[in-house]
Amino acid sequence: MTEPLLVVSHLHMHIGTPRGAVRAVDDVSLAIEAGQALGVVGESGSGKSMLARAIMGLLPPRAARSGSIQFKGQDLMTLPVKEQRDLWGKQIGMVFQDPGRSLNPVVRVERQLTEGMRRHLGVGRSEARTRAVRLLDEVGVPDPEARLGNYPHQMSGGMRQRVMLAIALACEPDLLIADEPTTALDVTIQRQILDLLRRVQTSRGMAMMLISHDLSVVAGRTDRVAVMYAGQLAETGATREVFAAPRHRYTHALLDATPTLHQERHARLRVIEGSLPDPTAPPPGCRFSQRCTAPVEGCAEGPIPMESVGADHRVACLNPAGAPDLVVAGGSSDGR
Amino acid sequence: MAGSGAAHLRGDEALLSVEDLVVEYRTSAGVVQAVSKVSFDVLPGETLGIVGESGCGKSTTGRAVLRLDTVTSGSIRFRGRAIEGLDEREMRALRREMQMIFQDPVGSLNPRRPVRELVVEGLDIAGASRKDQEAAAGRVLEAVGLADDRFRDLLPRRLSGGQAQRVAIARALAVEPQLLICDEPVSALDVSVQAQILNLVEDLKRDLGLTVVFIAHDLSVVRTVSDRVLVMYLGKLCEFGEPEAVYASPAHPYTRALLDSVPQPDAVDGFTGPALEGDLPSPLSPPTGCRFRTRCPRADEQCAAEEPQVAEIRPGQFAACHHPLPVPEVLAAAGGAAVPVPARSSA
Ligand SMILES: Nc1ncnc2c1ncn2[C@@H]1O[C@H](COP(=O)(O)OP(=O)(O)OP(=O)(O)O)[C@@H](O)[C@H]1O
Ligand SMILES: Nc1ncnc2c1ncn2[C@@H]1O[C@H](COP(=O)(O)OP(=O)(O)O)[C@@H](O)[C@H]1O
Ligand code: SF4
Ligand code: SF4
Ligand SMILES: [Mg+2]
Ligand SMILES: [Mg+2]
Repeated sequence: MTEPLLVVSHLHMHIGTPRGAVRAVDDVSLAIEAGQALGVVGESGSGKSMLARAIMGLLPPRAARSGSIQFKGQDLMTLPVKEQRDLWGKQIGMVFQDPGRSLNPVVRVERQLTEGMRRHLGVGRSEARTRAVRLLDEVGVPDPEARLGNYPHQMSGGMRQRVMLAIALACEPDLLIADEPTTALDVTIQRQILDLLRRVQTSRGMAMMLISHDLSVVAGRTDRVAVMYAGQLAETGATREVFAAPRHRYTHALLDATPTLHQERHARLRVIEGSLPDPTAPPPGCRFSQRCTAPVEGCAEGPIPMESVGADHRVACLNPAGAPDLVVAGGSSDGR
Repeated sequence: MAGSGAAHLRGDEALLSVEDLVVEYRTSAGVVQAVSKVSFDVLPGETLGIVGESGCGKSTTGRAVLRLDTVTSGSIRFRGRAIEGLDEREMRALRREMQMIFQDPVGSLNPRRPVRELVVEGLDIAGASRKDQEAAAGRVLEAVGLADDRFRDLLPRRLSGGQAQRVAIARALAVEPQLLICDEPVSALDVSVQAQILNLVEDLKRDLGLTVVFIAHDLSVVRTVSDRVLVMYLGKLCEFGEPEAVYASPAHPYTRALLDSVPQPDAVDGFTGPALEGDLPSPLSPPTGCRFRTRCPRADEQCAAEEPQVAEIRPGQFAACHHPLPVPEVLAAAGGAAVPVPARSSA
């Protein structure tokens, strides 16, 4: 197998605060193959956005990172800042939750869309415009020529998110990082954007990291998934397997707490008592141990190793939930 | 969705009965038709779930019931009394029987008051004695699971989202209301905390005999808590009925589309049906006829020309649509009952 597009190893990102260092990302290792979609899920504050920012090198003030990030064979961590910046937009595109805030309100769509192409790809003005129209068409913006003259406020939230995606795609990146791209949108519009992301990702053969607090959002549109809790990965694996047979107690509890369309009227929901640990002083051992309903000896002590529980399924849990009978023990481990 | 009519109202038994409610906001850009001739009622002890996309008029409807917004026209009756005719003093008394909690729990609380004062603000205004306030504070904090002394002196910003929402609920309960209007009380909360609050609302409702209007944009949440569901689109009623029927065999194409847009961890591509095209039209100039027609796969000329009226499509299931959807064949074959969906295997 060829080297994955992105290999993150032992990534840490700590942020200095008056109360001590927030361990936003604490020893995360993962890989994304070219053309593959990886979902990252976890509750708010678990470190998903900081993981994305650490990979991009978009650090908040007083933050420092360590570990290694190999992208197409080069280590982003040791790359000079200027070259890192060159990667943004060009080889790694990004889409954020709030299109209102990431688009420049006083600049027309055309310029926001063509700026990167002209700078990174060196295409001329009229060629850039032609490409811009094609991109808007690709992301399903009706009447793209006319939209080029719009300011962001003249468009709906769904339309702005499409434009954001077009901008992220303009330089044909190999990896798209989408951080909660639909959280601010209505359900029927969210649906449209999720379909669009997956369609563009597969048709372009682009890799994608899709971040969401909503397990269902990543379920149908990613090949692999990583469940994050308190700055660490709890479980990784083939998306379908992780959702069908979650093994980490946290993933399991999260799925149980989520109301479904098939629930009986007034059925009680399972709850997860407690909340995320203090990010400046996480407990030793399993970070979920204080909320876990099935801890065993050792959970509260040393580090919990990430172990393989299936062909492409790894979990950091000493007492994994309901092992299905047909689990193939000791499968190959390409998830890192 | 786009309909008017009152065929689904259940008459005098209702605790709250809203008929032909119209709320319009005058803005510099024109008149926003936020709620247009919407009717619904809630029986005592029942939970009505109101669901729809942003801007469809859910919050406006909730606020209108408390007369926090100016009602353009229509009638709102609470325990048989029309609230339009009440003067401000009578309305203040009535608001104690109808309490509302909001989406942003921290923002809805006075940032400078500690929890123990916050929860009895309503009683204080009503002139209750210190002693009664103390007793009430203890009672309601206990009811929402914040009995621990350490919460009493905390300011809102020190509370987590879930704790702040508990305080907001305690505050509403302190005046012993009959009706609780919850406007997206869990939308800003994480799944794990959301489950705690939903269970709490269910417990309180049962223990205190509350009647609840539960507004949410999340269909799964509405399904779980509601005895009746009301689906809205662009200021209009689409569908009304029991959740089992509405979710298993929606009669209105918009309800169908909403359900098909919910990401499903177990569906192959994550969704159960096709996507809806297009964007929400502007409430400044909603489409003629059926307001949903610009996005509806079943729309025809009649839909553009005539506004559909609410009609009983199947027993107890009402929709405002010229071409309502039939019961899906799989269900019809099974006698119309909801198909049980296998639960994910549990550990
Ligand atoms: N004070 C106001 N002035 C002008 N327009 C308003 C005002 N309040 C609400 N509206 C408009 O009325 C319509 C209904 O708004 P409402 O807040 O009731 O929607 P909602 O269904 O609660 O939406 P959400 O899911 O976003 O909370 C929207 O078009 C909204 O923009
Ligand atoms: N600028 C910052 N300064 C200090 N702490 C931060 C900052 N940004 C995020 N954090 C903390 O880092 C942790 C992870 O945050 P984040 O990655 O934003 O979570 P998520 O995206 O999963 O909701 C949280 O504890 C959060 O409070
Ligand atoms: S490692 Fe232990 S405490 Fe952590 S989730 Fe697994 S069983 Fe629970
Ligand atoms: S079929 Fe016609 S009336 Fe019914 S929802 Fe569609 S457009 Fe409206
Ligand atoms: Mg985030
Ligand atoms: Mg609202």
